[in-house]
Amino acid sequence: MANLKITQLRKAYGDVEILKGIDLDINDHEFVVFVGPSGCGKSTLLRTIAGLEDVNSGHIYLDEHEITELAPAKRDLAMVFQSYALYPHMTVRKNMSFALDLAGVDKHSIDEKVKAAADILELTLLLDRKPKDLSGGQRQRVAIGRSIVRNPKIFLFDEPLSNLDAALRVQMRLELARLHRDLRATMIYVTHDQVEAMTLADKVVVLNQGQIEQVGAPIELYERPKNMFVAGFLGMPRMSFLDAKVKDVHSQSVDIELNNGTSLSLPIATQNLKSQSHVTLGIRPEHINLCEKESGDMQVTFDVAEHLGSDTYCYAKTHSGESLTIRENSETNVSAGESLGVRINTAKCHLFDQQGNAVGYAVDTEQ
Amino acid sequence: MSSHVSNHAKNSTHWMSRLLVMPSVSMLLLWMIIPLAMTLYFSTIQYNLLYPEDNAFVGFENYSYFIEDPGFWPGISNTLILVGSVLLITVVLGTLISVLVNTPFWGQGIVRILLISPFFIMPTVNALVWKNLLLHPVSGVFAHVWRFFGAEPVDWFAQYPLFSIIMIVSWQWLPFAILLLMTALQSLDQEQQEAARLDGAGIWSIFYHLTLPHLARPITVVIMIETIFLLSLFAEIFTTTGGGPGYETTNLAYLIYDQALLQYDVGMASAGGVVAVVLANIAAFFLIRAVGKSLTDHK
Ligand SMILES: Nc1ncnc2c1ncn2[C@@H]1O[C@H](COP(=O)(O)OP(=O)(O)O)[C@@H](O)[C@H]1O
Ligand SMILES: [Mg+2]
Repeated sequence: MANLKITQLRKAYGDVEILKGIDLDINDHEFVVFVGPSGCGKSTLLRTIAGLEDVNSGHIYLDEHEITELAPAKRDLAMVFQSYALYPHMTVRKNMSFALDLAGVDKHSIDEKVKAAADILELTLLLDRKPKDLSGGQRQRVAIGRSIVRNPKIFLFDEPLSNLDAALRVQMRLELARLHRDLRATMIYVTHDQVEAMTLADKVVVLNQGQIEQVGAPIELYERPKNMFVAGFLGMPRMSFLDAKVKDVHSQSVDIELNNGTSLSLPIATQNLKSQSHVTLGIRPEHINLCEKESGDMQVTFDVAEHLGSDTYCYAKTHSGESLTIRENSETNVSAGESLGVRINTAKCHLFDQQGNAVGYAVDTEQ
Repeated sequence: MSSHVSNHAKNSTHWMSRLLVMPSVSMLLLWMIIPLAMTLYFSTIQYNLLYPEDNAFVGFENYSYFIEDPGFWPGISNTLILVGSVLLITVVLGTLISVLVNTPFWGQGIVRILLISPFFIMPTVNALVWKNLLLHPVSGVFAHVWRFFGAEPVDWFAQYPLFSIIMIVSWQWLPFAILLLMTALQSLDQEQQEAARLDGAGIWSIFYHLTLPHLARPITVVIMIETIFLLSLFAEIFTTTGGGPGYETTNLAYLIYDQALLQYDVGMASAGGVVAVVLANIAAFFLIRAVGKSLTDHK
C-alpha cells in the first residue's frame, strides 16, 4: 500500500514562498507526473515529500501516518536524482547495496536483491564497475537500481532523463513505463517536458508558480484544460489564443466575434458569460485546417512553415496581427506572405474568460 | 603513404616541440645540477672556512664524520618525528575542521579567513610569537592560564622542547591543510549526500563513505607538499630552541647549519646536505608509493 496525501503544504525560502498551499492525493500504483515550467517548484515539492526540505506548514501523510517531520530514511521512499548522485568511489554493486548494508540486512539477501535488480535493469555485467566507467544511460539505470533494491513504498524521480540525449531519452522513457507496469509501484515523476508527462502519467499535476493548476489524466488535461496556463502548457506546438468578444449566449452555444471581425458560434454550454464581455478563444493547431482563400472562417497570412516529415506546422498571422499555428499534413506547401483561408473546428475550441479560466466545455455534438 | 606523410609531420612537430622546450629544460637542469655538483664536490674535500687554503681530497671522510657526529641519529629521528607528527595533526585536525566549517553557519566567512590567516605569518615571526607571548614560562599566555588554575607554569622549551616545536609548526601548517581541504569540499556533490541520507546514512556514514573518499586526493596533496617543506624545517627551531637542549630538537637541516656555520666546516655540511637529499628522496619514494597510490587508486 502506498497512498500519499498532502494537505495545505507551504514552503518558503526566506521571504519567498515557493509552494503556496499544495493539496494533492496520490493513490497506490499510480504514476504521477509533476509538470510545469522551470522554477515553478516541482523539485521543491518532490524534495519536501522525500524529507530533504523542511516544510513551513501543512501535512504529508503516507498511508494514514503523518510523515511531515520524519527523517528522510524513515519515510520508506527512494529518490532518483537528476544528476544520478551515484557514489563515485563505490562499485555499481556497492552503490546498489549501500542502503541495505547500512540497514544491516544479511549478506545473502542483499546479494539476491542486487542481483534481481541488476537483472531487471540489465546491469549484471556492470556490477563491478565504478560509476565513472559507465555511460549516461547506464548510470541512470544504476540510480534506478539503487531505488529498486530498497523496495520503497514510493519512487521519486527528479527529471531523471534530462541529461540524456534524445534517442536514449525515448528508450529510457519506455523502460520506465515498463518498470512501472512490472513493479506495480507508486511513482512520482518530475519533469518540465510535457511529452514525458503525457506519455508516462496516469495522473498529471500541472504546477505553476508554486500552485497546482490542474490535476487529471493526460487526455483529460489536454482536452479539458481548466485554464489558459494548462491549455498553453500542454500541446506541441502550443495552442493559439485569439482575443474575442461575446455577442450572444444561447443555452447550447456561444456566439463570439474575433478581433478581425470573424464571427463564430461555439457549441459551448455556459451560464457565466455576459454579452459584450472579453474572452479568449483557444484553438489547438490540429483543429484548424487550410482551405481556399474565399471559403473558410477567416483569412490568414503565412509567416513560416516547418516541415517535420510527418506533419507541417504553419505559423500564420490573422489580419488583426494575432498569431495562429496550424498543423497540416506533410504535403502542405505554403510560402511566406501567402494568404489563405482557414476553417476552425468549433466543436474543439476552448473559451476562456478574462481571468483565463475555461468558461465551459464543448458539448458533445456527435451524439 | 599517407601514414608515412603524417608520421613525418608528427616527427617534425615532435622535434620542434623538443627544440622549443630546450631552453627552459636546460635552465632547470643547470639550476639543479650546478648546486648539486658543487655540493657533491665540496663533500669530498677538506674545506673548513677557518683553514681555507688546505683543500685536499678526502674521499668519504666528511660523510663518516657527519654520520658519526653525535647529532646525526637524533637529527634523523627528530626529523622523522617532526614530519610525522605535524602531518598527523594537520591532516586529522584539518579534515575535521574543514568539514565542520563547510556546513553553513552565521559568520562562516570570517571564521574561514581566521582559520587560514596563520599561514600568512612568517615562520620566524610565528615562532617568536609562540616563544615570547604564548609559551614563555613567566609572561606567556599559557603560563597565565596555568597560574589561573593554580598550576605551576610549564617551561615548554625546556621540558617539552620537541613537542613545543611540533605545536608551533602544526599551528603554522594547519591552515594550509584546511585551505586545500575546504576548497575540495566545495566540489563535494550535494545530491550524493542527499541520496545517502535517503539511503539511511547518518553523518558518520556520510563522512566515512562519501566525504573521506572525496578528500583522498587533496589529503595526498597536503601530505606531499607538507613533507617537502617539513623535511627542511629550520626557522622555527633556530628562533626558539636553537636545536637544544642538547640535540633534542636538532633535525637534519639544523645539524647541517650547525656544521657549516658554527663549526665553519663546509665539507662536512655538504656531506650532510647530500645525506639529507638522499633521505628526502627515500621518504618521497615511500610516500608516493604508500600514500599516493593507495589513496588515488581509491577513486
Ligand atoms: N535552496 C534554495 N534556496 C533558495 N531558493 C531556492 C532554493 N531551492 C530552490 N529555490 C527556488 O525555488 C524555486 C523553485 O525551485 P525548484 O523547485 O527547483 O523548481 P523546478 O520546478 O524547476 O524544479 C526557484 O525559483 C528556485 O530559485
Ligand atoms: Mg527541478
